[in-house]
Amino acid sequence: MANDFYNLDSVLSEEERAVRDTIRSFVDEKVLPVIGDCYIEGRFPKELIPEMAELGMFGANLPEEYGCAGLNNVAYGLIMHELERGDSGVRSFASVQGALVMYPIYAFGSEEQKRHYLPKMAHGELIGCFGLTEPDYGSNPSGMITRAREQKDGSWVINGAKMWITNGSTADVAIVWAKTGDDKSDKSIRGFIVPTDSAGFTAKDQKGKLSLRASDTSELVLQDVKVGADCLLPKSGGIKSPLMCLTQARYGIAWGAMGAAQACYEEALTYAGNRVMFGKPIAGFQLQQQRLADMLTELVKGQLLALHLGRLKDAGTFSPQQVSLAKRNNVSVATDIAREARRLLGANGILAEYSSMRHMANLESVYTYEGTHDVHTLILGQAVTGLSAFE
Amino acid sequence: MEISAVKLAVCVKRVPDMDVRFRIGADNVSVDEAGLKFDLNDFDAWAVEAALQLKDKNAGSEVTVISLGPDIVQETIRKGLSMGADRGVHLKADKVPFDGFAVASALAAELKSGGYDLILFGKMSPDSSNGVVGQMVAEMLQLPCVSAISSLEIASGKGTAKRELEGAQEIVEFPLPAVLTVDEGLNTARLPSLKGIMAAKKKPLESKPAQLPQPQLTVTRLELPPERQAGRIIGEGAAAVPELVKLLQTEAKVL
Repeated sequence: MANDFYNLDSVLSEEERAVRDTIRSFVDEKVLPVIGDCYIEGRFPKELIPEMAELGMFGANLPEEYGCAGLNNVAYGLIMHELERGDSGVRSFASVQGALVMYPIYAFGSEEQKRHYLPKMAHGELIGCFGLTEPDYGSNPSGMITRAREQKDGSWVINGAKMWITNGSTADVAIVWAKTGDDKSDKSIRGFIVPTDSAGFTAKDQKGKLSLRASDTSELVLQDVKVGADCLLPKSGGIKSPLMCLTQARYGIAWGAMGAAQACYEEALTYAGNRVMFGKPIAGFQLQQQRLADMLTELVKGQLLALHLGRLKDAGTFSPQQVSLAKRNNVSVATDIAREARRLLGANGILAEYSSMRHMANLESVYTYEGTHDVHTLILGQAVTGLSAFE
Repeated sequence: MEISAVKLAVCVKRVPDMDVRFRIGADNVSVDEAGLKFDLNDFDAWAVEAALQLKDKNAGSEVTVISLGPDIVQETIRKGLSMGADRGVHLKADKVPFDGFAVASALAAELKSGGYDLILFGKMSPDSSNGVVGQMVAEMLQLPCVSAISSLEIASGKGTAKRELEGAQEIVEFPLPAVLTVDEGLNTARLPSLKGIMAAKKKPLESKPAQLPQPQLTVTRLELPPERQAGRIIGEGAAAVPELVKLLQTEAKVL
């Protein structure tokens, strides 16, 4: 590893390092050669899905009995870190499949649902997406208007629209969150496994994105979509259920953001050593050294933060508020690192040939999704003061 | 092609990442290992891959990964296990001798009674660059050896391998059991899957003292090459040629 300034390797187990090395090799050999073009073309490299599945990346921290790798959470975080060193869109695919589709089935599903879906999802044979956000309900998912009405025969009819759904147009199933009661409260929110080939279900890609372009981001429309009783996630209930899924994904993002930041830092460092101006490499000038020193410092801090959070998660003692702190900090510093790397690269930094500006643009989406920076600010504020400032 | 179970052994070495500015250690006969990252030798990884591909094609086959060195080489053995090998053998030694003959002796002592149909090695390791251990082991075990193979087929107790020569290819047939050393181009080593990494911990890995003879070759001195002198710019374009010719005659004395 080019950079291990604080020797984090010394506090990773052999297994964790081996996992990191496998994903790093995969990204170097398979993702980096194609991802710049994918970003420009606006497509997710779907041809990589089988190999990602074979290596075991999907739901990697879920148990072996369901066909998953059964890794600990630090190893899971390292996977996200390495994937996002490649691209945030690639990491988003894995986050959605693992933390937002396989996890809710694992946590809220029946034994039959788990045995039916999880092994196929681990093998990449079934792709899923997570339908929570709506056009008018983003930061306030409790206000959602998608409704699921129970029929006399126990089946459900779902109506509504979801937006900003990663993997939407590729997905075979959508985990759709809908209100099942007549009142406006979020207590009646339940989760449903909706096959995307159901009558009345459409997924359309959102066009014109300037960020996260190597990723499918879709609108879902459900018009009288009928699903059987066996599609309800029986243990789901209330807004807490989707939020638990988000906590899982946010944990991975805290690691992933530092992966993107590391890619930018290493690119900047290499470039600074090679780019000669005024007779010497720009790495020898004070302002660039300050850029590099600042980037390195935030990178190390963010990685240590994610690592400690991972150890707490493995010990079973972590809290969603701790995850908010890490997601908020790490994505924010990663956007700064990417921007400063882009600036150090000068004119070359605007080309897709270099990764910093692609990471910089992607990280704006990561800043906004999975709980915006501002939302996490209020989560922390409430956690420490006891007072909610949400409304 | 007959499918029959084969017993395979692969000897592997833990080597440093070579893309680094090395420093000479305080003893002046070895490299300073501080800060170096180590991994399975690429040539050995191709040898492991070759063994695994044979195992995939021949049901009931078994692949054993063997390495000599201090306890840390167990990590390298486990990498082989995580790629899909079945068992590991660690021949414990304080350090890996530079003398290939000593290494080969210890490996041959272990391999002798293993009943292996094929014993595979990487062609060389990038740190010591000796490239002799495989051939020496073959000689010690009185087995045929084909070195630097770039393709391999096994059928009915016989093998065919290709060797890349300068401007030609050599096709070699050999009976089993045999020793092979593997060159680049034979295959692409598979990445250990995450499940494979988890499974590796549960596979048998036996550790025993290496039967190393006294090394007959020792390194007496290791030093960095002399600092490259800065080049001198004589001039530009065609105008510089007369001066350049003069310097090549009088200074460099090559004309």
